[in-house]
Amino acid sequence: MHNFFALFQLPEQFDIDMAKLETNFRAIQSASHPDRYVTASDAEKLAAIQTATSANEAYKTLKNPALRAAYLLSLQGITAIAETNTAMPADFLMQQMEWREAIEDAENAKDVSALDVLLGTIRAESKNLQHLLSEQFKQQQLNDATDGTRKLIFMEKVQADIRDIIEKLES
Amino acid sequence: MAYSDKVLDHYENPRNVGTLDKNDPTVGTGMVGAPACGDVMKLQIKVNDAGIIEDAKFKTYGCGSAIASSSLVTEWLKGRTIDEAYAIKNSDIAEELALPPVKIHCSVLAEDAIKAAVADLKAKQGK
Repeated sequence: MHNFFALFQLPEQFDIDMAKLETNFRAIQSASHPDRYVTASDAEKLAAIQTATSANEAYKTLKNPALRAAYLLSLQGITAIAETNTAMPADFLMQQMEWREAIEDAENAKDVSALDVLLGTIRAESKNLQHLLSEQFKQQQLNDATDGTRKLIFMEKVQADIRDIIEKLES
Repeated sequence: MAYSDKVLDHYENPRNVGTLDKNDPTVGTGMVGAPACGDVMKLQIKVNDAGIIEDAKFKTYGCGSAIASSSLVTEWLKGRTIDEAYAIKNSDIAEELALPPVKIHCSVLAEDAIKAAVADLKAKQGK
């Protein structure tokens, strides 16, 4: 398995050039496109499919900040998202629960503008967390980075859920 | 993914959804989260003078299996002592709900929520 960062010629760090990720992903995608392998041998076809599949996975992982952070940690031998570890700071969970309740109220009231406000608040919090994470990775504070990565997964999930609800209400 | 009938039943008709007063000295509150999926779960128990759980409520924001796991344990908790509550294992929950391997972590979340609620109660009561 190739290193995901190396695959897209990106430095192995939390802050990445998103434009370069897009460009290099598309280049690999088009180079491994089945149309280019019509006359190739079966082995070459298979290799192209494997390249395309692993590029997809690598792209999805690096594009999402929480997954990118978890992947960086995994390269250091750290499992940030072990299923058996459910302990999170109480104030963090309390905040998550309050947001969830506010989202539920807004959804029941079909109040899209309230959902937009919540989404904005949570997105800003998520950005703060990402700035902090970036520093923690630079300083090699991997314990703090692990805690931050775990938080970021919740932040990304709650944002995805709000977007789904807004889409549902607007359709 | 196909859910078992028991998961669907709890998901569609969740038991004991709600909130107890977290400042009540006879109420223990447990909050846990699953970083694997971003689910959050709050479980509360209220005990009487004899140390028996007389009420249990939950709020879970997550997938059907996480909701079903917490709904099921609120039913199990009522009438039990806190030591009996503490002894509930995630494997009991997973077995009752026929959870597939990829959803076992939902039952882990419910077990950890019970333990967190019991620990909160014991801390409050100075035991």
